[in-house]
Amino acid sequence: MSERASVPPEAADAEAETAEAETEKREPDEDKSVVESGAEAVVAALEAAGVEYLFGVQGGAIMPVYDALYRSDELNHVTMAHEQGAAHAADAYGIVTGDPGICMATSGPGATNLVTGLADASMDSDPVVALTGQVPTEFVGNDAFQETDTIGVTKPVTKHNIFADDSDDVGEDVGTAWALANEGRQGPTLVDLPKDVTQGETDRQPEEPKTPDTYNPPVEAEEVMVEAAAEALAGADRPIILAGGGVIKGEACDELRQFAREYEIPVITTMPGTGAFPEDDPLSMGIAGMHGTGYANLAVSNTDLLVGVGTRFDDRLTGDIETFAPDAELVHIDIDPAEISKNVFADYPLVGDAKHVIRQLDDAMPGAPDCDEWHETCQRWKEEYPLDYETPEDDPLKPQYVVETYDELTPEDTIVAAGVGQHQMWAWQYWTWTEPRTWVTSHGLGTMGYAVPAAIGAKLAAPDREVVAFDGDGSFLMTGQELSVAVRENLNITIVVLNNEAVGMVRQWQDGFYEGRRMASEYPWIPEFDKLAEAYGAQGLRLEDYDEVEETIQTARNYEGPSVIDAIIDPSENVYPMVPSGGDNARFALNEQHLEDI
Amino acid sequence: MTQGELPGAHPDERQMPEGRRNKQGIRIDPEVEAEHPPERAVLSALVKHEPGVLAEVSGLFSRRMFNIESLTVGRTIDERLARMTIVIEEPRPGIDQAKKQLEKLVPVVSVRELADDAVQRELVILKVNGDEPDKVNAITQMYNGETLDAGSRTITVELAGDEGEIDDAIEAYEQFGIRELVRTGYAALARGAEPTAKVTYPNKAPTDAAVETQEAMDD
Ligand SMILES: Cc1ncc(C[n+]2csc(CCOP(=O)(O)OP(=O)(O)O)c2C)c(N)n1
Repeated sequence: MSERASVPPEAADAEAETAEAETEKREPDEDKSVVESGAEAVVAALEAAGVEYLFGVQGGAIMPVYDALYRSDELNHVTMAHEQGAAHAADAYGIVTGDPGICMATSGPGATNLVTGLADASMDSDPVVALTGQVPTEFVGNDAFQETDTIGVTKPVTKHNIFADDSDDVGEDVGTAWALANEGRQGPTLVDLPKDVTQGETDRQPEEPKTPDTYNPPVEAEEVMVEAAAEALAGADRPIILAGGGVIKGEACDELRQFAREYEIPVITTMPGTGAFPEDDPLSMGIAGMHGTGYANLAVSNTDLLVGVGTRFDDRLTGDIETFAPDAELVHIDIDPAEISKNVFADYPLVGDAKHVIRQLDDAMPGAPDCDEWHETCQRWKEEYPLDYETPEDDPLKPQYVVETYDELTPEDTIVAAGVGQHQMWAWQYWTWTEPRTWVTSHGLGTMGYAVPAAIGAKLAAPDREVVAFDGDGSFLMTGQELSVAVRENLNITIVVLNNEAVGMVRQWQDGFYEGRRMASEYPWIPEFDKLAEAYGAQGLRLEDYDEVEETIQTARNYEGPSVIDAIIDPSENVYPMVPSGGDNARFALNEQHLEDI
Repeated sequence: MTQGELPGAHPDERQMPEGRRNKQGIRIDPEVEAEHPPERAVLSALVKHEPGVLAEVSGLFSRRMFNIESLTVGRTIDERLARMTIVIEEPRPGIDQAKKQLEKLVPVVSVRELADDAVQRELVILKVNGDEPDKVNAITQMYNGETLDAGSRTITVELAGDEGEIDDAIEAYEQFGIRELVRTGYAALARGAEPTAKVTYPNKAPTDAAVETQEAMDD
């Protein structure tokens, strides 16, 4: 703190006085350093919010904030290779910890590079706060060097954004952004920080983060509606719970598990809801949607009462809305009233916090639904439509086998990140999910390149847990440079590139829907990812044969630092089941012939 | 099992549900497919009076493809707040969705859909050729308008009314040749003692600002 010795004596006295007055209100062990500039207020606000990590890239307009960070003992900044990586790392950090992940960037290109990550967080309701530098206020609007209308550009992809216009208020702005990202339905927020505002003087010490008075997320659902929903559920013949990402975000997994078990209601999870209910539980009906399991899609199609919790009924889940759970009354629990009846009409809208509302519903239940026959049907579907694949010895590796073997070798709480494409679907389908906050991927936006930076954010969020990322060769090529960060931070993570020398998911669609015209989907040449890893200073491993799978995984896991496994897989393997885009969930295809028939 | 195939029945041989939903996700009897024709709705929103709010609201409407007919914004008696009056034309579920999305914006304090009997006015200023000043004046009087500017070549008048009245008036002026016109879009308030600023769903408590405004209105 010696840098701050130049405070004029009167000011120092005044500060000492306020500090004294404040110690009465504060916890005695909280030693707040004194704020002198907008940038220091930003840093103090982050400290007051309990932030530990920031992910970012330096640059002109954000330099004052970095300069203030230089003096912070509590905040650890991780320099990323690209701002998109910073946003994804912060996003993954937010998913794993439940608290907002922080990313920062300079104005102009720094800010625009964050946009993909913010859009991703926005679609998945992930808590993220972005801090962007901006040109000094007097230049705003003049097309100054590295000026972008960051507020305008990011408005549609943030929950809220704030243009900081006063050094005195900037600390509070950051606190507000943090609180808004965290509370209610989580999501990304952004504070745009003009250089004169961060450089400007202020002695305003930021307080605990607080949401604006116009923001009052609902907690409890209307009791009358709860009672009606409970009655409908207790009287249902074919009930299903559909657990979405909101169950995890709302920390309602325990309540949901207890509820489902008490009333013996089968549970399906959406992709973001993965891990909310353990898949090894007999009541689990797995995952639903385009590449969900056959039994989940049959159950969701044939249910007569669907309890959707914290889900927004995305089209990848519902397929054709006209055939989605068409016999079902819908009980929809969601904290965001705007999700109610947005895509599927809710017969029983229960607006509130999932944890609370599940308890309310529990209290109101007159008894368990009588549905033995339904349980039998569900069990039969599980047996009739298992996820399965063959592993002929002399054929190329099946990606599913790599995923399953990795799962068997690792502890339950292992965190799995993924890019976007076939590899993501195989990881989702063939890993057995039992815990929340273990599946870290890009759901709503489908952002290739998510995996590597996400693995970094996840590992820093949970240093004691194992982290593996399944990536595609195409996805890895988008953000693989973040490996340099994993090496620098010496993170024990493994990246498994399920390498099919193609953007496989596109290739699969071309084969299925474009008569095999493989335009721009196969890579005539791609790097050797194991060698590339070595160039970055990571351990590089190549995997081609079934008998090396286990050993290679163990070599990666035992290595001190990041490893990349370049797994050469069967390039013709496809993802099934598949509900074609906009199709009927119950008519999922299990093979190419089915695709043609439906 | 060959490559990439999974066990299980053919799509035609599976248990299938009987029902159907319409495009709006509402369960229907396929015999009598429920239709939701577009309706006109007037939304009144109290918003924080700060920069960027108008862009935020109009951006929301265009982003989510809600059909706006008019949007007006102006100050209120509480200097911290502005009131927006938005006329949209959408099927009922779209109107409900628009209200909820609007309510979600952080600077929005409250949103309310006004009843059909709400007091609604639009202002129009139009400029016609000044060749027949007496006839122009007669029409202006007939529609309770006011002449703002009269010269040898043009006459500019102001009129206020609801949509029908204004459309009628414009038609009446057409005989002189309308050179230019501007319409402000709707301003509206709820009828009677009922406050216009009211929360749309019970879970969002009215803020102090909204309550103060309501009280001020009641006085
Ligand atoms: C940023 C981005 N660009 C393009 C796409 C479209 N896309 C979806 S899946 C996919 C293929 C992904 O290829 P790869 O990462 O190699 O995974 P694979 O499907 O082969 O497992 C593409 C190009 C996308 N989702 N994201």
